[in-house]
Amino acid sequence: MTSPATTDSSFWNDTGKSGLSSWILSTDHKRIGLLYFYSTLGFFLVGVVLGVLLRLELIAPGRTIMGAETYNALFTVHGVTMIFLFILPGFPGGFGNLVMPIQIGARDVAFPRLNLLSWWLYMGGAVTVLLSLFTGGGPPDTGWTFYVPFSARTGTNVTLALLGVFIIGFSAILTGMNFITTIHRLRAEGMTWGRLPLFTWSLYATAWVQILATPILAITLVLVMAERTLGTGLFDPSRGGDPLMYQHLFWIYSHPAVYIMILPAMGVISDIIPVFSRKPIFGYKMIAFSSLAIAAAGSLVWGHHMFTSGMSDTAVLVFSFLTFIVAIPSAIKVFNWVATLYKGSISLEAPMLFALSFILLFSIGGLSGLILGAAATDIHVHDTHFVVGHFHYVMFGGTGFAFFAAMHYWLPKFYGRRYAEKPAIWGWSLMFIGFNIMYFTMQLLGMKGMPRRYYDYLPEFARLNLVATVGSWILVAGLLIVLINLFRGLRSGARFEGNPWGGATLEWSIPTPPPTENFIEEPLVTHGPYDFTAACNGINRCDIIKD
Amino acid sequence: MIHIQHKDQFGAKLGMWLFLFTELMLFGGLFLLYAIYLRRYPAEFSVGGAQLNWKLGTLNTVILLTSSLLAAMSLTAIQRGASKLAQRLIGGTLLCAAGFMTVKYLEWSSKIGHGIYPGSEHIKTLPAGESLFFSLYYLSTGIHGLHVLIGAGLLGWICTKISGGSVSASDYGLLENGALYWHLVDLIWIFIFPLYYLML
Repeated sequence: MTSPATTDSSFWNDTGKSGLSSWILSTDHKRIGLLYFYSTLGFFLVGVVLGVLLRLELIAPGRTIMGAETYNALFTVHGVTMIFLFILPGFPGGFGNLVMPIQIGARDVAFPRLNLLSWWLYMGGAVTVLLSLFTGGGPPDTGWTFYVPFSARTGTNVTLALLGVFIIGFSAILTGMNFITTIHRLRAEGMTWGRLPLFTWSLYATAWVQILATPILAITLVLVMAERTLGTGLFDPSRGGDPLMYQHLFWIYSHPAVYIMILPAMGVISDIIPVFSRKPIFGYKMIAFSSLAIAAAGSLVWGHHMFTSGMSDTAVLVFSFLTFIVAIPSAIKVFNWVATLYKGSISLEAPMLFALSFILLFSIGGLSGLILGAAATDIHVHDTHFVVGHFHYVMFGGTGFAFFAAMHYWLPKFYGRRYAEKPAIWGWSLMFIGFNIMYFTMQLLGMKGMPRRYYDYLPEFARLNLVATVGSWILVAGLLIVLINLFRGLRSGARFEGNPWGGATLEWSIPTPPPTENFIEEPLVTHGPYDFTAACNGINRCDIIKD
Repeated sequence: MIHIQHKDQFGAKLGMWLFLFTELMLFGGLFLLYAIYLRRYPAEFSVGGAQLNWKLGTLNTVILLTSSLLAAMSLTAIQRGASKLAQRLIGGTLLCAAGFMTVKYLEWSSKIGHGIYPGSEHIKTLPAGESLFFSLYYLSTGIHGLHVLIGAGLLGWICTKISGGSVSASDYGLLENGALYWHLVDLIWIFIFPLYYLML
């Protein structure tokens, strides 16, 4: 791996085991966090390559670099990789593990061995998914949603892929259990619920969704596997089954799952914005509450994926209404972030730039979500590139950019070295520009009627598709600059010591890199997570270092 | 250095309860499908239900309730320091589990002997709702049976921990969690039994 600036007591010098086993058998939440981080990041890069290939195929009408069947397999694997291997486990497993126990003043999570097991399960599931690509009937070609009846009949290796996702689901459940118990039981003295950092609050809400929704996905996948191997016929109309039931069960999980993906991202943003505005967060209670509200209301809106599937009109109306309800807590967060910025002393460093672009991109994604949530307009843009654009605005522009914000904000803390600021800002600019060129164009294409999941299209869509593909190149160029600069910095960049960002949450009060035990002395929390004045008067160092 | 924390029994139990929620949601999916297809095919479901052997179902209910009682008694025994007794009571629970699986095996094999199983030639000739009923029956009782096996394995493992002395009157959290899991297995059956054997 990399060579961080370590001290003797740092967790990098954990004694006992050596080499690889000191990582893959470690129960230290920081090491497990880094394991999760690097494995999810690896799959993210695989997903990026597949995504670029998909865009390349669409650069011109007709067959460009691949045929229809390859394209089907590629967008399926792109979706499965990005969703189940990167974005779902990425935040809770990666940054949740790295930061959350420190934020609440704990030595580790409640069940450290279970924590390691959940990483192993995740890797086992990921390997199973990978195996499904090269064995049996070849990579699945159903799309990441595995809709029946096609998924029950296609000759590709769907069963093995489903098994992989099932195992990954198990890992998510264990992480959720672990985090809820940790947050309930291991908060340090003085760390009341009202002083919980908002990132931890968001993980708490996320963990409940992981626990309550993931089992539904598990049973649904088992049912499709049974459909394929035993012929149970539960979703087969010729045997009295109803494919719509599959869609219901799938989305009962998968809609709340997008909140598993976005909630921790919102949490990171809520932690970063006040630090780089040098101003306490506006509306702490409402942001914390809105995380729970999103988790709760978001569990009741799954039907909006099925407006054209043949549900009753009443169901469509109710689900449409509930979908609009979810927009309220999301908007509460956005308004509170903006209010925090107001009259703040804003410092435009890399984490802040990613956080600010999150607000914009997430808002565009969220508002286009309302176009999809309204039944009338949804029917026009359903299954078009508009949906693809919307989803990527929320998931990549939202969670993805927040993930990069978190990388720039927290990783230096764990490595004791930092990246160079200028290349980070250049990379961010390219990402932001490329992102909008690519996905906004996709939304336009969708409005004009270009369907999703086709490798070919009508000639009138050619110009916009060319634009979108060029956008994907700019995006990837920015991505590469950002990643190379970040990891080069973590290996050999300038020292990162003390509390350079001036954060008031507990992770900034401990040595850099953190000691194995996290806290030299058991912490006594005397102030809120965004009380910068109190944090500076206390034991913390708040010297703000400028390059 | 932070002093090493004592074992957090409450936390361990909280974790177990959260895990039990996930099991409820897992079976919840099957119960949901049952409810919807029952509403759609009431006549076919009652024809299917009439073919199940309610006597064997009742026998299995009694066996499982007894096993849960024994598991609870074993917990009380260990709290009072009677490790040997606790082990014997768990042994009783495991015997019940074996009995339950045997009865299940007899039930399934008789059904399969009559050609009633998912994908069989015979079941394809049945009305649509009836084949759905049997698919749900096999999936629900099958996944439940898998939980019986997992629960029995868990309790067997805890039993060896009692002999090793790591589960004792001063530290019985593991047994408590094992028993909780066993009660869940019991609870699921309490719902499966009337839905499939009695009310149709």
